[in-house]
Amino acid sequence: MVIKILGGGCANCKKLMENAKKAAEKLGIEASFEEVKDYEKILGYGVMRTPALVVNEKVVLSGRVAGIEEIKEFLKKENA
Amino acid sequence: MFSPVQKFADFVVYNLLNIKEGSKLGSALNFFIFDTIKIFILLFIIVFVITFIRSFFSPEKTRDLLAKNKRKTFIAHILAAMLGIVTPFCSCSAVPLFIGFVEAGIPLGVTFSYLIAAPMVNEVALGLLYANFGLKIALIYIISGEIIAIISGIIIGKFGLEKYVEDYVFKIKVGNVEALEQKKTLKQRIKETWQFTVELIRKVRVYVVIGIGIGAWMHGYIPTGALATLAGKDNPFAVFIATLIGIPLYSNAAGIIPLVSELRRLGVSMGTSLAFMMSVTALSLPEMILLRRVLKPKLLAIFVSIVGCGIVLTGYLFNFIIG
Repeated sequence: MVIKILGGGCANCKKLMENAKKAAEKLGIEASFEEVKDYEKILGYGVMRTPALVVNEKVVLSGRVAGIEEIKEFLKKENA
Repeated sequence: MFSPVQKFADFVVYNLLNIKEGSKLGSALNFFIFDTIKIFILLFIIVFVITFIRSFFSPEKTRDLLAKNKRKTFIAHILAAMLGIVTPFCSCSAVPLFIGFVEAGIPLGVTFSYLIAAPMVNEVALGLLYANFGLKIALIYIISGEIIAIISGIIIGKFGLEKYVEDYVFKIKVGNVEALEQKKTLKQRIKETWQFTVELIRKVRVYVVIGIGIGAWMHGYIPTGALATLAGKDNPFAVFIATLIGIPLYSNAAGIIPLVSELRRLGVSMGTSLAFMMSVTALSLPEMILLRRVLKPKLLAIFVSIVGCGIVLTGYLFNFIIG
């Protein structure tokens, strides 16, 4: 599974990345993580609000930091 | 509404701690306890309500609404300034929002009306202003922020400054994201609002307490009116200087406002206090550094100057009206 965090690298983005890592770990999903800071790429996903969470190239969340439990739901759905 | 809180503060300070009523320490401590409880209660309520309203708006919807109305420019500016208050907006989103708007064909001036209103009318600031000064001042804060955003946007639009936007901005193609925020149930909305409110207050609480702490110290130890001659209504430069001091002070609105109410007591006029607060919240250095990625220095300078002038004018206006 490929998980990307889109955002300029502010505290919110870091927090989201941290939560995503913990969520994947708890589910035992093997995932690669990537931070996308290039605005051209971020907008390429259609995202105007950062931070955003992209799972397997699909934007699942934008504009807020989701908690670990919530991210687990996203990952489960994409992993199914 | 807050008399039980006052009774509690009195009880703790004068009975439990046995500090003499009317002493400097007693009055500072009493102020600190009362203000901390009062401000956190009001902050919680107001942030919750605004966040809930916000959950119905998204930048994507905002952009589409503005793109539809871009021919009626004046209306578009008003709309943009109003949407600036209600759309959720973290300063790190300034750049992607800007690009997204420009790419959708929304005029530069309208985009700026939005970008200015968003940080200028800040929900935490609004909550604290209401808590400290009441409805009238809170409304004045919103209205003046809106007017600055509308007029600044119109001016920027009139000058045709598109050439000062970094060229790459116009080349970016914005992808289509499927409706992310599908219809949420009310329960979900409330849950998310609750989480956001708790998170926000957790983030600002230190600043609020520090602000109240300094305010409480001033309350107990500095006599009322001490700054009246320096920054009162009669000093014509006070507003201007307060605005300049506010720009590099990137503090959270949360830390500044408990202080502002104390500044008022010391004799700083309302307009000067408001100008100071607005320049702290609306013209922050980190946001300018972010915006530099999409704006050439000249446009950035124009942006800062226009907003700065707007704040100074508001300050003078309110000194004139309220004092």
